[in-house]
Amino acid sequence: MSEPKPPDTPKPPPSRERMQQARRRWLRTVLLTGGVMGAALSGFLPLVYARTKRLRPPGALDEKDFLASCIKCGQCVQVCPVQAIKLADLVDGVAVGVPYIDAREQACDFSCDAVQCILACPTGALVYKKPAFLGVRKGAKLAAAPILKAKEKDPEPTLNLGERIGVARLTRPEACLAIQGKGFKGQVRGPSFKGRMRYMEVNRWKPIGISEHPYDLAECDLCVRECPVKGAISIETVFAPDGSKRKSPVVHEPCVGCGVCEMICPVEPTCIVVDAREVWNT
Amino acid sequence: MNPFLKRRFFDQIAVMFGREAKKPAAISERAQEIHVLKRATNKEALQAATLAHENAKKVHKWRNRRWAVLIAANLMFTFSFWFDIQILEGALTASRFVGFHLIDLNAALQVMLAHKHIIVNLVIGTGTVFVLWLVLGGRSFCSWVCPYHLVAEWAEKIHLYLVKKKLVTDQNMDRRLRTLSWIVFAVLALATGYTVFEAISPTGILSRALIYGPGLALLWVLALLVFEVFFSRRAWCRYACPIGLTYGVVGIFSPVRIKYKLESCFHEGDCRKVCLVPHVLDTVIKGRAVDTEVPIGPDCTRCGLCVDTCPTGSLTFDVKGLSKLL
Repeated sequence: MSEPKPPDTPKPPPSRERMQQARRRWLRTVLLTGGVMGAALSGFLPLVYARTKRLRPPGALDEKDFLASCIKCGQCVQVCPVQAIKLADLVDGVAVGVPYIDAREQACDFSCDAVQCILACPTGALVYKKPAFLGVRKGAKLAAAPILKAKEKDPEPTLNLGERIGVARLTRPEACLAIQGKGFKGQVRGPSFKGRMRYMEVNRWKPIGISEHPYDLAECDLCVRECPVKGAISIETVFAPDGSKRKSPVVHEPCVGCGVCEMICPVEPTCIVVDAREVWNT
Repeated sequence: MNPFLKRRFFDQIAVMFGREAKKPAAISERAQEIHVLKRATNKEALQAATLAHENAKKVHKWRNRRWAVLIAANLMFTFSFWFDIQILEGALTASRFVGFHLIDLNAALQVMLAHKHIIVNLVIGTGTVFVLWLVLGGRSFCSWVCPYHLVAEWAEKIHLYLVKKKLVTDQNMDRRLRTLSWIVFAVLALATGYTVFEAISPTGILSRALIYGPGLALLWVLALLVFEVFFSRRAWCRYACPIGLTYGVVGIFSPVRIKYKLESCFHEGDCRKVCLVPHVLDTVIKGRAVDTEVPIGPDCTRCGLCVDTCPTGSLTFDVKGLSKLL
């Protein structure tokens, strides 16, 4: 190595102006740091809003783990044949770019047959089977793999889904057409409704608009009729508080919380909703 | 690598993390000779050359190529979804190229730190992208793919116009801020189990907006651009974005870089004026080059603006070892 030594000259003290410039730059840097950090904290705001529970795609981990592991790429959005999955915006009460399902607008009807969104997820935010170190909440685990009505005649009729994403609940029994013994005729949710569903008798592989599929029912049983999961909901004879007998939709343990009943309910507002992340309580 | 370049190699890593570029402690003999010779150059000849360059037609070869690649890459995401052609599914944070996983290094890091659990697909995707940018030049991700880089480039043009009109001034800041922001976001992800950077990353927000449609989150991107136009040139990329630092670290080992040739350089400094990261071009300052040929450091985004603007061809794209092979 033939490095010439730099001459040893004492450094002149920095000029007043130089020092002032340096001080100002330091202040600006502190300001920008504050700005970026402030903005970053606003990134946590969705967590405050997280109390307004959103339905996650099937196979989602428990909320905290889900938010930690989701990489916000939207691959689950891309594979969904009915486009049930949306990505959250700033005001959607969940982290920006995180997927959710607005069941009333477009529920997951499992018309992909295989829960494609789980397959698409690159980070394990949606999983067929949870890794061992993550606990399973009591009542979240499904007693048995759900049987898809559409696949009932297939050699493998079940969905690869271990936990429910929510549970359906009759919220407005007083308005329920089935309870009132009323029928339903026409387009569910009106002609302009954009929601889609797969009707096996129409085309197994191509979901169609619900508005293209009018009904004529003597007694409304839409939530039971269109529920994609076997044994999740049925019309039962129940006793009203005054002792009289009447019919009513009753949700059972196999309910996975897909939200088709919420989407298909013809009453405004809906009589049945999915409580996101709710567990089965006997 | 000779000792002068080796020292510069490590100096430039420190510079990437925010240290100021300093005068070199040692310069090779041959380079010293050239520096001395250059001092004797006729000033009038130099001025004439500078003037000729100012009047010459501006070249945009690399810029145009880069914009084409950047737009094509982002549109490939968009069209894959819109027309369901499934070439490049997902967004910039994570995607599949004809079925093969690709995962953004910084986003993957955030998820790993927050979730503390790594699945195989995540490893495959991250590994692929790591190798990809290791080969292609690290921060070349920034200038050749990141959609925020492109809009920030346009905002920069407005900013520079306003500066010329003396309506605004560029408020520069301490570059160590970016390292700090990298650490803060990593610690936040680890401690809170929430990938907070992903919520404010303009790269992710823009990429998703291009694919899944615009949202209110774009307001944050707009705010950043306004800040850059009126207050501080390219502030997000220069002083804040941890993605740039992540890819910069990958770029340390990359063979693709810009190479500087001392002999032909006029030291007009035009390259430093167009550069997003002028601290990597400190070597073009008169008397600073440690050798006759100096590779530009890892913080360089390989955008090629300096290559376009250099009138003497002293800055060129270079693949380490390739010229020896050929």
